[in-house]
Amino acid sequence: MRTLAVMRKELASYFAGPLVYTVVGVFLMATGYQFYTTLSGYVQIGFGMNILENFWQDFFVNHIGFYLLIVVPLFTMRLLAEERRLGTIELLYTYPLRDAEIMLGKFLACLIVFLVFLGGTLLYPAIVYAIQPFDPAPFAARYLGAVLFLASCIACGLFVSSLTDSQVVASSCTFVILLLFWIITWNEAAVSSTLLTALSQLSTFDHFWAFSRGVIDLKDLTYFLLFIGFFLFLTLRSMESRQWRGRR
Amino acid sequence: MIEVRDLVKDFGTTRAVAGVTFSVRRGEIVGLLGPNGSGKTTIMRILTGFFPPSEGRVSVDGLEVGEHSLAVRQRIGYLPENVVLYPDLTVRRFLRFCAEVKGVPAAARRRRITEVMAACGLVEVADKLIGQLSKGYRQRVGIAQALVHEPLVLVLDEPTVGLDPRQIVEIRSLIKSLGGSTTILLSTHILPEVGMTCGRVIIIDYGRIIAEDTAEGLTRRLRGSEETRARVAGPRAAVLDAVRAIPGVEDVREESAADGVVALVARSPRGDDLRRDLAAIVVRQGWDLLEVRPLPMSLEDLFVRLVREDREGGA
Repeated sequence: MRTLAVMRKELASYFAGPLVYTVVGVFLMATGYQFYTTLSGYVQIGFGMNILENFWQDFFVNHIGFYLLIVVPLFTMRLLAEERRLGTIELLYTYPLRDAEIMLGKFLACLIVFLVFLGGTLLYPAIVYAIQPFDPAPFAARYLGAVLFLASCIACGLFVSSLTDSQVVASSCTFVILLLFWIITWNEAAVSSTLLTALSQLSTFDHFWAFSRGVIDLKDLTYFLLFIGFFLFLTLRSMESRQWRGRR
Repeated sequence: MIEVRDLVKDFGTTRAVAGVTFSVRRGEIVGLLGPNGSGKTTIMRILTGFFPPSEGRVSVDGLEVGEHSLAVRQRIGYLPENVVLYPDLTVRRFLRFCAEVKGVPAAARRRRITEVMAACGLVEVADKLIGQLSKGYRQRVGIAQALVHEPLVLVLDEPTVGLDPRQIVEIRSLIKSLGGSTTILLSTHILPEVGMTCGRVIIIDYGRIIAEDTAEGLTRRLRGSEETRARVAGPRAAVLDAVRAIPGVEDVREESAADGVVALVARSPRGDDLRRDLAAIVVRQGWDLLEVRPLPMSLEDLFVRLVREDREGGA
């Protein structure tokens, strides 16, 4: 209940400013452009047997996923860093609120903002469906993967935001960490195949790639849930550090 | 209602609070007085559960702050120093958030928010963004958020700082009106403020309590002599001589003399009120008495004396 109150307050702050509207607009323009060009590319050149499925997998991960990865730090940077810079964190910490309630309220609010982003992308399958109907079931897995991937990015960003009171530091560090988890297996030639297998277990890209095939695998699901849980746990520890550090 | 026992707080090697013990009874208004950096804010932050004490026990309404943190925070309304609020929320929206979080029942929320906005004079800015409000209004929003759940205990850190004189009067009378039903602990560095609102004063310096009394009691105890200020319309030399002649007057200091009005300060031994004698003489001579009042002790005087007394007592 109190978690929801924090969440609604965060949402009110998000939608009070121009950030959400602007970035959603830019995001939809960028992905819309990529949708058109990538789809034309696949249709003209082919790329294997199942052209449309290959297109969706590529588009979901390399375009929607990657653009979201770039955008997430802009929305997570303020979550705790701004409260600390303004001093409002002192209010939250002296209200009858558990740290976990504050954290979850903020986490959920940010996730809801990103559901707006994802909601916008439903337009793309809808366009294709209007031209050529297909089985929509794989999209459940793709969108589940996208939500889990986003939640992971947000958990990571929330943690970084709890460490600093500078939003610039928070957003840039979050971006670097997210990018590292994204590209960790990209240079296949540089590492041994054993190490590559190990690294691919850690890669957000590889697990999201698996989801965007349209298949829900317990292994990938567990990975994202652990990723989220790990960073939320760290966030709680970081929030609790005020108890012994004596600072906000 | 508030019990503080042997409270110690260390920040690294700095000792911010060094063994403070005091208690506040239900319905009492108590002022914490001390210079900046004396540990007032630290004590308040421990009391409100912001961080735990290094040593000692703090309880509110019989509940230990560390063990029952949420229950204690539920009972407290806290106005932090330098009130900072969410600039992108409207006053009404922010107070709604506070009411929700502090567990005001949904049915009573709207009524309670309206009440508290009326009490704090916020009705005309209810739908403005907090970021657009003046300092005075923001301070009032800060007080409103502390009051919204009708707390048993109010902890106010410098409630009148940054307000204009009219607002200070309003806030003081608001605080006074809450006394009796609500237990209030407020900090300030303005002595007259304590005298006007608080029943009792606790004076802190370097994290220790150096005095605890009513504001008048402190002034009476610490003043070495009384000073009375008067303005008299009459001939300068005659007025000064006449005042010097009053029995008990030790010294007369002329402050100014212009347009036939003499302003003077007369010193007399402790406990000796000169006002009656002074007024009688002025009337007898047929002059006009424009002003006569005992000079209050300034915080600086009080402080210097207290610290001296404290050191001598300790030596």
